Amino acid sequence: MATSWRQAVDTGAGAPADAAEAEMPDRQGALRRLRESLRRSRQALQAEITASVGDGVDAEAFERIEEALILADLGAPATADVVGRLEAEVESGELAGPEAVRERLIALLAGLAGETPRIDLTARLSLVMVVGVNGTGKTTTIGKLAWHLREELGLSVLVAAADTYRAAATEQLETWAERSGAEIVRGSPGGDAGAVVFDAIAAAEARGTDVVIADTAGRLHTHGNLMEELAKVRSVTARRLEGAPHETLLVVDATTGQNGLRQAHAFTEAVEVTGVVLTKLDGTAKGGIALAISRELGIPVKLIGVGEGIEDLRPFDARDFAAALVAR
Amino acid sequence: MFDQLSDRLQATLSDVRSRGKLTEDDVEAAMREIRLALLEADVNFKVVKSFTSQVKERCLGTGVLNSLDPGQQVVKIVNEELAALMGGSSRDLAMAPSGTTVILMSGLQGSGKTTACAKLAKLLARDGKQVALAACDTQRPAAVDQLVTLGERAGATVYQQGTERDPVDIAEWALGQARAESKDVLIVDTAGRLHVDDELMAELGRIRKRTKPHDVLLVVDAMTGQDAVNVAERFAGDAEFDGVVMTKLDGDARGGAALSVKAVTGKPILYASTGERLEQLERFHPERMASRILGMGDVLSLIEKAEEVSDADQAKELERKIRKQEFTLEDFLSQMRQVRKMGPLQNIMGMMPGMGKAMKELRSQNMDERELDRLEAIILSMTPAERARPDLIDGSRRKRIAQGSGTTVTAVNQLVKQFGQMRKMMAQLAKGKMPDPQQLMRGMR
Repeated sequence: MATSWRQAVDTGAGAPADAAEAEMPDRQGALRRLRESLRRSRQALQAEITASVGDGVDAEAFERIEEALILADLGAPATADVVGRLEAEVESGELAGPEAVRERLIALLAGLAGETPRIDLTARLSLVMVVGVNGTGKTTTIGKLAWHLREELGLSVLVAAADTYRAAATEQLETWAERSGAEIVRGSPGGDAGAVVFDAIAAAEARGTDVVIADTAGRLHTHGNLMEELAKVRSVTARRLEGAPHETLLVVDATTGQNGLRQAHAFTEAVEVTGVVLTKLDGTAKGGIALAISRELGIPVKLIGVGEGIEDLRPFDARDFAAALVAR
Repeated sequence: MFDQLSDRLQATLSDVRSRGKLTEDDVEAAMREIRLALLEADVNFKVVKSFTSQVKERCLGTGVLNSLDPGQQVVKIVNEELAALMGGSSRDLAMAPSGTTVILMSGLQGSGKTTACAKLAKLLARDGKQVALAACDTQRPAAVDQLVTLGERAGATVYQQGTERDPVDIAEWALGQARAESKDVLIVDTAGRLHVDDELMAELGRIRKRTKPHDVLLVVDAMTGQDAVNVAERFAGDAEFDGVVMTKLDGDARGGAALSVKAVTGKPILYASTGERLEQLERFHPERMASRILGMGDVLSLIEKAEEVSDADQAKELERKIRKQEFTLEDFLSQMRQVRKMGPLQNIMGMMPGMGKAMKELRSQNMDERELDRLEAIILSMTPAERARPDLIDGSRRKRIAQGSGTTVTAVNQLVKQFGQMRKMMAQLAKGKMPDPQQLMRGMR
C-alpha cells in the first residue's frame, strides 16, 4: 500500500521497503491529510452508512448502502456487485453485525481498485503523457506533479506545452512551470502537438533532465479525429524515445458520472492509459467513478487531486480512499 | 423508432400481450428498467426515485393498462414526463429595458464558463448587440489571457485589470466602462469555485451585489454525475442563479445532470453548448434532452433540422424511397447537400439512436467534410441516368466520371459500393432494425 511519493513512484533508486519504515510517521500524517481533504465527502457518506448499518443489518440497511454507493457515482453494476456480495455474506453468517459489515464494505470497495502499481519513472529519460477530456485539470495536475517530483524525489522536470489548441494554454502551463521549478518547451499556437513533444524530448536529453511531462489539449472522446491526433502524438514519442510514453495518465474529474467509463474506454483504446488521476476531490463528489473504471477496465488510480494549490496532489491508496469515505 | 430502452422494456413486458393488460407488478418491473436507465444517465438517485414513482402513477392511471404495445407506451410516457419536468418554466435572457444588461456566469472549475462567456457574446453580437466581457477570474493562471483571445474572436470588448485586483472591484470597474462605452451587454466571467468553498461563494455574492446582474447563469458540465444536485442547491442558495448553461453536449454523456438540476432547483436550462467553436451554442430543448437521457439519441433534433431544410412532402417521399431502397444517388446528393447545411456530419449522425456504434465504425472510414466534397464532385460528374441506376456504371463510364471529378476510378468504385451498403442500412433503419456494424463494414471495404 503506497501513501508516500517515494512508495508511489519508482525512480529506479532505493527500495520501497526501507522507505516504508522511514515513512511510518509520514503515513499517519498522509492519512490524516487525506482524511481532512476528503472530510466533506466522508461526512456525508459516513452519515448515510452509519445510519444504515447503525442498528442492524436488514434489507433496509442494504438499500441505504446501495443508495450511498450510487450517490458516490460508483454506478449500478459495481454497486450491485458489492452489495450483492455483502448480502450473501451476511446471509451465510460469514458477516455478523454492523462493524463487520462496515469493514467488509471497505475491503470490497478497496478491492475494486485492485493493485496500485508504482508510477514508472525508472527510464532516463522518462516521459509522462497527460490526457483527458476538457476541463478535468490536466494542466494544473502537471504543475503539481512536477513540483512533487522535484520536492519529494529530487527529479528534474521539463514540461511540454503540447496543448496547441486552447487559447492561452501555453501561458497557463508556463505559470505552473515557474511555480514548480520545471523547464518548459513551447510550440506555436495551432501548431503540431507531436512536434512540441518531439522538441521537448530533444531538449530534455540535451540537458540531462530526468522527466518530461507532456500536456495535451482536452478533447471529448467522441471526436474521432481528435483521438486519432492523440494517438499520433503518442506514436511520435514512442518512435523518438525508447519505451515512451512510460506513463499515460488519464485525468478524470471526481464529479464525473458514468460517462467516465466511456472516457476511459475511448482514451485507452487510442493511447493505452496506464493510470488515472482523479481530481477535484476537495468538493462533495466522491469520485466513485474511479473505482468503476478500475473494476471494469483494470486501469489503476495512481494519484488524486485535492485542491487548486501546488501541493494538493497525493498518491492514491485504495484502502485509505475507501476507509476515508466510510470512516467515523 | 427503435432504441435500447424500448427493447429492454419489451423484453421485461414480453408476456403482457398474452395476458392482455399490464398489472401493477408489470409497471413496477418497467420502472426498474427506467430507474436503471436514468441512473446510467447520471440522474440523481433521489430524483430518480421521486420521478419513477410519479411516472408509475401515470402509467397505472392511464389507459396503458390496455395498450397493445406496452413497452413503447411506457417509454412515451416517461419521455413526456421528463420533457415536461425539464421544460415548463423556460425563459429568455432577461434584458435591461435601457442601459447595460449584466450577465453573471458562475460554476465549478472546468465547467466551461470562459468558453460559454465568449459563445454567449458571439450569439448576442449576432443579434446586433454591442457586447463586452469582464475578466474577473483572477485565480486560474492565464484565464485573463484566454478570455482576451476568445473575446477578440467573438467580436466583444474585454475589460481586464490583470490578476492582482479584487475580482469584485474589477467587476464594478468593468460595469462602469461598459456603461461609459454604451455597451448593450456585459458578460462577467468568474473563477471556477467549489460550492463548498465558503470564501469564494461569498465573493460571488459580493460580485452579484456590486453589479446587480439581470441574469445569473450556472454553467454545468453535461458529464456531471450524482453531485450535480449538491452543486446546484448551493449555487441556488448562495448565487441565486436564474438559469443554466449545459456544456460539452457534443460528448456522449447522457446528461442526467440536467434533470437533476432542474428537479432540485426549478431553474430552467437556457442554453446548450455543443462544441468548442464559438458558434456552438444553442437554445436548450427539453424534449431532446429527455430522449438523450433515456439513451434514445436526439432524433427530434434530426427531424426538426431535416424539416427546416426540406418540406414535409419531400421528406415523406424520401422516407418511402429509403424504405423501398429506391433511394438514388441523385437523392443522396440532394440529401447530402441538405445535411451539410445542418452542421458537421458527426453531430447529425450522432443524433440518430443507436448510431453511436455504427458511427464509430463509419468515422474510421473518414467521412469528414473533405470526403464529402469529393463525393459530391463524383456524383456531379455522373449523368442523371447514372445517378438513378448506379448499376449502369461500367468501366468506361467510371473513367469518365473519375476524370470529370478529378478523382480516381478506385474512388468512384468505392462510392458506388458504399452507396449500395448505405442504402441497405438506411432501409433497415427505416424498418426499425439495428444494422450490424460488422456486416456494414465488410460491405464498405
